[in-house]
Amino acid sequence: MELFTQLFIALDQTNKTAAKSKLLSEYFKQASPADAAWAIYFLMGERLKRVVKTADLKQWACKVSDMPEWLFAECYDHVGDLAETLALLIFYEDKFRNSSLEMSLSDLIENHLLPLKTKEAEAQSKQIIDLWSKMNFSMALVLNKLMTGGFRIGVSKSLVIKALAENASIDPAVMAHKLMGQWEPTEDNFNNLFIKQSTQDDVLRPYPFCLAYPLEVKEEESLSMILGDSNEWQIEPKWDGIRAQIIVRKGAQVIWSRGEQLLNEQVPEIEDALKALSEEQSFVLDGEILAWDFEHNKVRSFADLQKRLGRKKVSQAILKDIPVVFMAYDLLEKDGVDFRSRSTSKRREALEKWLPSIQSPVIHLSPIFDASKGWEAMTDERTHSREKGIEGLMLKQKSAIYSVGRKKGVWWKWKVEPFTVDAVMVYAQQGHGRRAGVFSDYTFSIWSDGELVPFCKAYSGLSDKEMKRVDKWIRANTTAKHGPVRVVEAELVFEIAFEGIQLSNRHKSGIAVRFPRIARWREDKLASDADTLETVKSLL
Amino acid sequence: MPFDDSATSLLCMKSEGLYCPLGDFYIDPQKPVKRALITHGHSDHARPYMKSYLTSETGRAIVQERVGKDAKVEGIEYGQSIQINDVKVSFHPAGHLLGSSQIRIEHKGFVSCVAGDYKIEPDASCETFEVVPCHQFITESTFALPIYTWEAPERVFSQINTWWRENQSRGVTSVLFAYALGKAQRILCGIDPSIGPMGVHGSVDIFNRHYLRQGYPIPETIRANRETKESFKGQGIIIAPGSTQNTPWLKQFAPQSLAFASGWMAVRGTRRRRALDRGFVLSDHVDWKGIIKTIDATGAQHIGATHGYSDALVRWLREHKGLDAYTI
Repeated sequence: MELFTQLFIALDQTNKTAAKSKLLSEYFKQASPADAAWAIYFLMGERLKRVVKTADLKQWACKVSDMPEWLFAECYDHVGDLAETLALLIFYEDKFRNSSLEMSLSDLIENHLLPLKTKEAEAQSKQIIDLWSKMNFSMALVLNKLMTGGFRIGVSKSLVIKALAENASIDPAVMAHKLMGQWEPTEDNFNNLFIKQSTQDDVLRPYPFCLAYPLEVKEEESLSMILGDSNEWQIEPKWDGIRAQIIVRKGAQVIWSRGEQLLNEQVPEIEDALKALSEEQSFVLDGEILAWDFEHNKVRSFADLQKRLGRKKVSQAILKDIPVVFMAYDLLEKDGVDFRSRSTSKRREALEKWLPSIQSPVIHLSPIFDASKGWEAMTDERTHSREKGIEGLMLKQKSAIYSVGRKKGVWWKWKVEPFTVDAVMVYAQQGHGRRAGVFSDYTFSIWSDGELVPFCKAYSGLSDKEMKRVDKWIRANTTAKHGPVRVVEAELVFEIAFEGIQLSNRHKSGIAVRFPRIARWREDKLASDADTLETVKSLL
Repeated sequence: MPFDDSATSLLCMKSEGLYCPLGDFYIDPQKPVKRALITHGHSDHARPYMKSYLTSETGRAIVQERVGKDAKVEGIEYGQSIQINDVKVSFHPAGHLLGSSQIRIEHKGFVSCVAGDYKIEPDASCETFEVVPCHQFITESTFALPIYTWEAPERVFSQINTWWRENQSRGVTSVLFAYALGKAQRILCGIDPSIGPMGVHGSVDIFNRHYLRQGYPIPETIRANRETKESFKGQGIIIAPGSTQNTPWLKQFAPQSLAFASGWMAVRGTRRRRALDRGFVLSDHVDWKGIIKTIDATGAQHIGATHGYSDALVRWLREHKGLDAYTI
């Protein structure tokens, strides 16, 4: 626990990627495999699920510090990080005490935290308060982080992978592959990371996804200037669904999301189709899960697909109302052979040749556009994206291999221009993590019958400098406070960009928008210049 | 009871700032007035364009520096009483920075004390805070949340020394951001000058002179600029205001490690937002426990809380201490 706490403090204290990488590498060398396995688990963003309730943790911290709950809430609002607020208040009397608990990270988790899941709140509280009392401030902060999740110390998954790959002297792409798909933090699994053998013997493990960069074309630029000849690109629709990888190997069928969640239960019709295939079939497909309109043979909106997601079990009614398909656009492996080092064209050729043979109504081949028509024609295709139910175009370099993660210049996503609306800021709330203590979360309203109705919330899009100015303005122009929410003068106008719009009876305005973000601060506009609900509804 | 109630307050709030009607003067006013009593020389307390200023004798030169050389600034010794119209006024050390004061106002046996900004820990660069027994105490609430508890300053200085030595061993310049007035001098008096050369930004240098003139132990420093940069590059420490972050002036001393010394550094998010390597929790303001302790020591029953987390403090004082507390 001491070593991991030191790592946490050191990572938190530096702002430089190279230094962080070095710290991780040192830690993985020094820590026991059992501890290192857990460290990887947490640094890659996983958390201990439902060990104790957050509300209980708050209550115990109030008890230890003899603070009323309202004061805890005030403090949390200001700190913007639950684990840290808990630690600061637990150590209210004795923040600088020098105690240290001699317990390994894995011992703490496996023997002291995980068993709490099945215990009553009273036993949990005894255990946690006992642990807190034996720790110093930093250690308790780390313990709280383990329980509440979200380390937020600027360590990305790829940085962890890079450090491990260096320690093991293997390719980061191979290390990334070894860590894919619900990797379990055990001693054996950690040791296996350092064995140079192929990972294909693990039948369920997905490949790391190749990701695209957004293509931004400035006014003075042309596509041929940035991308060269259109014939060098494979141009596909950018589907608006759930990116997924299908693995069929040795009689097993798994469907992984990009977030490495198993989707089998959520898309049973695809799982059934895979099970129905002949036993000799062995392949890995990359593609997108889409809600499908079989009658008109076209894609349905993401909002429809969303109704199916996040459910433990998909009911018969939903299976009937919102059927899904898998839109395949890449072939990563066939009959045990890894295709990823082949070019995009070669993989496409293999996909086109083979996929129709499996003859499944729920596995479709994603079409490609005729790039030989030139960039002007492609620009035209993109403009018509919304009518086709797609988000824009994907541009994939024909000669490129299937790379790991995001690599510039290989895959581009060329999204259709977002919708934009001018809206007035009406409420503001302080952010979390890096934005703790700064009013960074805003609610925006538009006009309806001479009144402002809230229409969306947005968190990102302003520069740090602008955010600082807006923060100052909010503090000076608050008209009321409702808990953490400030009501502000309806004065500032922002251009809000969003991807989609639909009717919704959950929102006062009667509409819901997808991915709202601040496009820019319209300092040139007055609140009265903001858009109306009628204009926004006309986008429907 | 409301703040402006005349039986429990000699003060009221006007748009110009905190006002004493019986004495006809303002304390740290925000707009031009005839007579301003100034608690200390920070720019949000000592503003230009007042007809006359009264501050502590040891803080006089600093206030003069701040409000302009032509302004009429008078000094008064700590503890010395003067009559201003119907009230008796005296200044007492606030421990915030050199010459910082609490202002005591008395009328017919009722005593109000405006503490201004204050801290109760000892500080080698200024006078030590003095408890002023009073009926009404006006406290700041900059850090009035229980998440703020200060570590003993010696320990913070030792952390700074360690960080400086580590940077030195890697050939990296240590850059420590601190307010140019008060915090910078406190740090210079607190850290170990034998580690290496100490550089300061011009704005720090200006105030150092006032401290040296009054005999405070500011070690020898060099103004950090293009001519002197080679003398501390990779081994020295530079004390500069936070506004110099990301300026060409600062970049000339690279490679560097950036740190900030401030009470705000007690919260990780604040430090990380500024993209700093280190945050040292060192404040010239009183922490939560210090506020409660001071209020107890003054014996005051009427507590006014000014800028900061006054709402939380006021509610706590009412509910847990049964005091007549209010936000000003």
